[in-house]
Amino acid sequence: MTQATAIPASAPGTLSRASVLLLVAALVLAVALMAGPRSGAVLAIGLGFGLALEGFRFGFTGPWRRMILERDASGLLAQLLAIGIVACAALPLLAAGGAELKGAHAPIGLAMVGGAFVFGAAMQIVLGCGSGTLVNAGSGNAVGAVALPFFAIGSFAGAYHLSWWTALGSLPVMALSGGGGLAITLAGLAGVAALALWLGRSGSHRLPARYWGAALALAALAILHLVVAGQPWGVVYGLGLWVAKAVVAVGGDLSGSVFWSAPANAAQVEASLLLDVTSLTDLGIIGGAALVAWWRAGFASPVGVLPARAWVAVIVAGLVLGYSSRLAFGCNIGAFFSGIATGSAHGWVWFVAAFAGSWVGIRLRPALGLEARQ
Amino acid sequence: MRRAHVGWLVALGMVGLIALDRVQSAPLNPYTAPPMIALGSGLAATGGHCAAPPPPAR
Repeated sequence: MTQATAIPASAPGTLSRASVLLLVAALVLAVALMAGPRSGAVLAIGLGFGLALEGFRFGFTGPWRRMILERDASGLLAQLLAIGIVACAALPLLAAGGAELKGAHAPIGLAMVGGAFVFGAAMQIVLGCGSGTLVNAGSGNAVGAVALPFFAIGSFAGAYHLSWWTALGSLPVMALSGGGGLAITLAGLAGVAALALWLGRSGSHRLPARYWGAALALAALAILHLVVAGQPWGVVYGLGLWVAKAVVAVGGDLSGSVFWSAPANAAQVEASLLLDVTSLTDLGIIGGAALVAWWRAGFASPVGVLPARAWVAVIVAGLVLGYSSRLAFGCNIGAFFSGIATGSAHGWVWFVAAFAGSWVGIRLRPALGLEARQ
Repeated sequence: MRRAHVGWLVALGMVGLIALDRVQSAPLNPYTAPPMIALGSGLAATGGHCAAPPPPAR
């Protein structure tokens, strides 16, 4: 087949690998020179997230799917381990850092719980959560690439309406802090781990080496992110911001939105994306995943064939992922990973609601034609 | 179609996004940028985050 010979399936050579690594380093340096050293550092951390997630073939959607379908608890345990390590550093840092650092603290509310449930279902439909969609798109996965722009549009729209949804009913922000907060957080993570082990099949307590690597790398990068950026790792704010900037570029008016017209967000829309923390990490994740896919010659793989209704489902699920993640005050990263690690009660509620939603989403996926044909 | 084609389309999208940003946004000035590390900088964290509570509804 001519198509097969057009793109070599062999791994790239040492020279081309060195050249690409130099090019990536030059890009990071260029961002640092243009936008300041913090922007360059945050982009580099984002690249690290992408390298770790794709390099260790680790994510959030797949492990939840395997826990529900196969009672394999190992991936979920690795997630809990990573969150626990971050909490051990983040909660003391937040207690000592004053206003220089802030946690992923959000209120629990009706729309927040509903948003997390819907997000959990949608992430199983496209097999990609917040970080997963970025990684999938970067590594050449067509479902992820199609879902990403609609995820961004949904994120923009969800933020546009966020104040209205939150006004339906919300508790005050509740966050654990200090040594007591860390002890409760670690006890909670241990409790979930024990439940997962009890429900899981025998042997799933043995984490594969790549899960250990992923958990340690993600935890180290997340702590570094908090120290450098002053805020925890997040994904969906940046995606919505990309669309907000596009809307303004074509003459759109955001003054009708309480969220986008608020001074802090209006300033972000006016400023460059190279100064927005989540935009930089998102771009880095896409780039890091692409780098690993290229390194492994993964770009030579064919794209799976899916029926038309599956693509419609991907588009709808992308929109829903973006919209619901804003109502839920974050995705698996901003709410589950960073929320719990920085003591936010909403992170725990998000986890329960999204896991229940995942159970539903897994059962919807075959009905939507999203199991690839040969 | 192969993953390489999808990868190139995603890369093009990201380049387009950055190009749009450079045309539309306020000019960058690295000399007014915050220090590399927030911790110890003495500056309050002000970045946007998905978990930040929204302004109250009008």
